[in-house]
Amino acid sequence: MNDQPQFGMSKRDLLAMIGKSAGATAMLMAMAPLGQAHASTFTGPIKLDGGAKGKSVLILGAGVAGLVAALELERAGYAVKVLEYNPKVGGRAWTLKGGDSYTELGGAAQTCQFSAGNYINPGPWRIPTEHGGLIHYCQMLGVGLEPFQQNNYNAYLHSTQAFGGKPQRYKTIQADYYGHVSELLAKAVKSSALDDAVTAEDAEILLESLRSWGALDADMRYVRGRQSATRRGWDKGPGGGLTAEPIPSDPLDLATVLKSGLWRSIGGHLSNEHQHAIFQPVGGMGEIARGFERAVGHLVRVNSKVTAIRQGESGVTVSFEDTRSGEKLTAQADYCICTIPLSILSQIEMNVGPKMAAAIRAVPYSPSVKVGLEFKRRFWEQDEQIYGGITSTDLPIGTISYPSFGYGTPGPAALLGAYSGGAYAYELTSLPPEKRIEKVLEWGAQIHPQYKTEFVSGIAVAWHRVPWVQGCFGQWNDQSRATHYKNLCEIDGRIALAGEHASYIGGWQEGSVTSALDAIERLHKLVQAA
Amino acid sequence: MISRQTIVLGVAALAALGGIAASAAAQTSSGPVAADATVFSSQSRFGEQDGASLYANVCAACHMPDGKGARGAGFYPSLEKSERLAASGYPAYVVLKGMNGMPAVGSMMSDEQVAEVVNYVRTNFGNTYTDPITAEEVKAIR
Repeated sequence: MNDQPQFGMSKRDLLAMIGKSAGATAMLMAMAPLGQAHASTFTGPIKLDGGAKGKSVLILGAGVAGLVAALELERAGYAVKVLEYNPKVGGRAWTLKGGDSYTELGGAAQTCQFSAGNYINPGPWRIPTEHGGLIHYCQMLGVGLEPFQQNNYNAYLHSTQAFGGKPQRYKTIQADYYGHVSELLAKAVKSSALDDAVTAEDAEILLESLRSWGALDADMRYVRGRQSATRRGWDKGPGGGLTAEPIPSDPLDLATVLKSGLWRSIGGHLSNEHQHAIFQPVGGMGEIARGFERAVGHLVRVNSKVTAIRQGESGVTVSFEDTRSGEKLTAQADYCICTIPLSILSQIEMNVGPKMAAAIRAVPYSPSVKVGLEFKRRFWEQDEQIYGGITSTDLPIGTISYPSFGYGTPGPAALLGAYSGGAYAYELTSLPPEKRIEKVLEWGAQIHPQYKTEFVSGIAVAWHRVPWVQGCFGQWNDQSRATHYKNLCEIDGRIALAGEHASYIGGWQEGSVTSALDAIERLHKLVQAA
Repeated sequence: MISRQTIVLGVAALAALGGIAASAAAQTSSGPVAADATVFSSQSRFGEQDGASLYANVCAACHMPDGKGARGAGFYPSLEKSERLAASGYPAYVVLKGMNGMPAVGSMMSDEQVAEVVNYVRTNFGNTYTDPITAEEVKAIR
């Protein structure tokens, strides 16, 4: 701080600056209603006024998109019917708990052996604040939400290539990374290296902010001491009484932090969709399915496999097969909202125009594997003080996510032991479920050796083997978006598509909600205009 | 290969993505012996080199270990005695570019690996095509 006078800022300058920034804030607030500026396209409950004109709509697929469409179209007065391949509604809004069975393509059958109250969500597992549409329906349907621990500072960052494979606490890596970056930047400011980019007044503010952000000491250094220890953790923490004096810990040096690569995981928690507050349904994502079932279950015909979709002058005819009896049936309606995943829809005969047909064939489905593991006790809490949250690793499991509920309870608990993607996901999918679990236990034990003695049972879902979606979610890229996205979403005659694949929020249920609302709004306008 | 959507869904989950690829540290295997020896080497590349291993650890995920495919709401085509494999360029194209919901798995393989797995499929599962595809021909299609 010897250079302080160099960056001296008069009170008048400071006030002018505050005035400027307040002005900018006021302008921003005037331009976008507060709270909607960065959320999804959901702006509030949909209003479909004007009546249904006696029209009927056949909805294909009883996942979140199909169920939202069914609920809103019925409320607007349409005659609605839904066909669903599965014996139950919900699609990827799915929870596996004790007693649930699941048979994948190829025939491998698993029954979840978890104790009462334990579960995993094989598909979507988080609901960000951003996703106002889904939160709206949760509230409407009486689905309770609880906090999901996304970023737990006490969880681990792990790399097989760093620290001899010893997991590091998230807080130490973040503190050391921020601290060293702050110290370096402060040095650059003080040596006038940034004079071209930062005014003298701003430089003064920047230094103060770096001290705060990086936990720097009075000399703008990130070193062992109280400031750094309150971020990265102590060697001996503070307490009460005679033995209370805390002992700070030694920060890692900058080169070690950088070379470890563990800083890569910091950014993941910063994106809008991973910022706190972030939620999960109490009891699992399947509760959303149950909520919709209470509201519109009476409209759904389950065990119905769609085999052909044909539209003509007077309406849409859908051929389907009852998967239990084998009976071949048809259903008719004036319009069709089709939410069948493109991986399946691309294999179903359908007379839409060449543009939509090409779009349906243009979207590959992402590989992904999730494995739930139940253990005899919450060793991550009892031994390692990790209460919920996510450990990230470069092992093929990618992730360990600890349960965000039931903290401190005795007895068995289940965690997400793997959330694998890329090449690893194909390789895991190729193994039989019990082998996947075996591998996941081997890898996880490198982070939590307790796996070896505490394991009870596991269940593995490889999304390319899920019979009703054949993949996890649609993977767009910039080129396919530019060529096909609008063609996928435009209504073709009497048929409109909806689902996460028809959204810019791929793989999230909010994409299903907002695409369904957008599709039925346009369909309703069509009916009003006809 | 890894799209932005993948990253959006699994930022935290797949935090290691694009970064600390676990360099071919062979895992101690407890799975199938021959086909399991070199797998799980990287998030973004398949480590298997020969056709049989590539098939068993990549293609079998959907087309099944016996090549017969599977049937649910949709289907995975059977590769057994398949006339669609008559011209080697077709399976090579599908592996490299994907097909409908099938991702372009060949983007995580070298030209040699694609040739290996195409030749494996065309000479197994009741297929007896005698004209192997070369890595150079694969490169031309890529």
